[in-house]
Amino acid sequence: MKFPMASPTSEPTAVPGSAALPDAAVVADACLIASHRLSEWVSNAPTMEEDVALGNIALDLLGQARGLLSHLGDEDRLAYFRDAAEFRNPTICELPNGDFGHTVLRSWFIDAWLERVWCAWLDAGDEVVRGVAEKAIKENAYHRRHSSSWVIRLGDGTDESHRRMVDALDALWPYVGEIAVAGWIDTVEPVLAEAALPVPELPADGREVGSLGRHTEYLGALLAESQSLARQFPGATW
Amino acid sequence: MQLWEVFLRPRNGMHHQHVGSLHAVDAEMALENARDVFTRRGEAASIWVVPSAAIVASDPADKDELFEPAMDKIYRHPTFYEVPDGVANL
Amino acid sequence: MDEASFEARVEAEEKVEPTDWMPEAYRKTLVRQISQHAHSEIIGMQPEGSWITRAPSLRRKAILLAKVQDEAGHGLYLYAAAETLGTSREEMVDQLLAGTAKYSSIFNYPTPTWADMGAIGWLVDGAAIMNQVPLCRCSFGPYARAMKRICREESFHQRQGFDILVTLCRGTAEQKAMAQDALNRWWWPSLMMFGPNDDASPHSAQSMRWRIKRFSNDELRQRFVDVTAPQAQFLGLRIPDDDLEYDETTGHWRFGEIDWDEFRNVVAGNGPCNAQRMAHRRRAFDDGAWVLEAAEAHAARRAARQAA
Repeated sequence: MKFPMASPTSEPTAVPGSAALPDAAVVADACLIASHRLSEWVSNAPTMEEDVALGNIALDLLGQARGLLSHLGDEDRLAYFRDAAEFRNPTICELPNGDFGHTVLRSWFIDAWLERVWCAWLDAGDEVVRGVAEKAIKENAYHRRHSSSWVIRLGDGTDESHRRMVDALDALWPYVGEIAVAGWIDTVEPVLAEAALPVPELPADGREVGSLGRHTEYLGALLAESQSLARQFPGATW
Repeated sequence: MQLWEVFLRPRNGMHHQHVGSLHAVDAEMALENARDVFTRRGEAASIWVVPSAAIVASDPADKDELFEPAMDKIYRHPTFYEVPDGVANL
Repeated sequence: MDEASFEARVEAEEKVEPTDWMPEAYRKTLVRQISQHAHSEIIGMQPEGSWITRAPSLRRKAILLAKVQDEAGHGLYLYAAAETLGTSREEMVDQLLAGTAKYSSIFNYPTPTWADMGAIGWLVDGAAIMNQVPLCRCSFGPYARAMKRICREESFHQRQGFDILVTLCRGTAEQKAMAQDALNRWWWPSLMMFGPNDDASPHSAQSMRWRIKRFSNDELRQRFVDVTAPQAQFLGLRIPDDDLEYDETTGHWRFGEIDWDEFRNVVAGNGPCNAQRMAHRRRAFDDGAWVLEAAEAHAARRAARQAA
């Protein structure tokens, strides 16, 4: 099966908060890239407990990615031998981790989006996709709990943590247009409020549009690292 | 940051058992950490977390007066009594 | 209770629990040993963690992530066990960051290739298992219990390492060369993990009497060589020791002399990556301080709100 490229008619909507539900390829890449960013925290987290927690979440997301990628083709060929322009993750997934606050806020936004996706796919016609969603939705519940608790702790923590969360929100918000599907803002808003963070207007169009293969420079750098060994020995088995 | 003791019930029908301790700022974090650290291989149906300071423990110096008297009262054990032959279900 | 009756208890294989009377030296030895073990798990996450982002297949990536995550968990179990002896995690971590606490020097070697992931799992975890299985019967309850948990998880670590090497050795010529190179670099440091020779190991006797240590350094090292040499043969790799030879009469493998100068040097902190490992740990700690402060501030505020 060929990995579905973006259809030319799928330009981003001009209506904020009504991004289309993604197809399997978009979600596969989203989970893969999001997992990769979280895995960068291993041995770098603020506490050993968070090393374990972020590792868990990265593993869950990787499992979800593999479930979908292997359904769309050869999981390793897709992960290691496509160039940046062929990846279809929403751009927000590929942004660098920044500080811990930036990471948990990004996770919160992505987790809230994935909740909508998995929910919708519980009724998917494709039984593999449905199977991935059934498992993922439970994992996602835990991810949302983790990311939202941290957003709140840090938004409503110290002056410094609050300042950092405001910075994170400013940096990330321009990228949420692509993942602000119906219902997303309703999930996200209460947590931002409890975190004493403002809820800005939704952007009219997403910065870059990852699902169309338009990415930031960050994705190229990420792939240069992740694909380096596999590409050094193409055809090898590991 | 507080120290918490963690207890897991492996599956229904069994007691919660002490498995170790961890650090967390509040009960919510303690539960999440316990789940991440102690149940990666499906080891639990239920988790209890208790602030270590809340645990009241017997003083080992009192071991003799608390526990030794029971060792002498062997008539509490069923094996002390001989069951006559021919009597079942006892 | 006094030292003599304590030693009698321990000799009778009774377990010691945290609030039991124990000689001060027993407590100190255990705090040092357990915290060193904990530090090793945490530092050990670094050399392997560096390959997670470059793992060459998604399956290997998942396995490596799970392994390194286990190591964080092991560190946590061990710090918790040490804390039952009256020290705090903060104290132990401070000592690590200040450079006054030791950790296993095996982690001061770099991991320049993917094959190192295989070698570490096979040799380093293999040596660790050999040291750790006897600790499951150690006299101190919390340490023995932590070790049982760790040992159950550790056998997966060794198998996945060996599996990586099996795949490499059956692969391309370059992959096999990568595996041989990793073995060449990790063999001797793994043998050094068992510590100095018995006659150069002053603390061993007391540790044995207290049932903290069950087998001598040399015994364990010999066992490791005996078990591992045939595994290298299976892989088709050459162990970098010209003196390595199977002795029919004893049933053991004879092996060459360890370079004790290198051992002492690395233990003293001059290994290739000492500075890097410590700097990495300090940075993670410093960068994360604001997060912990915020979590505590938030919890305090919430508790105050609930009490009001």
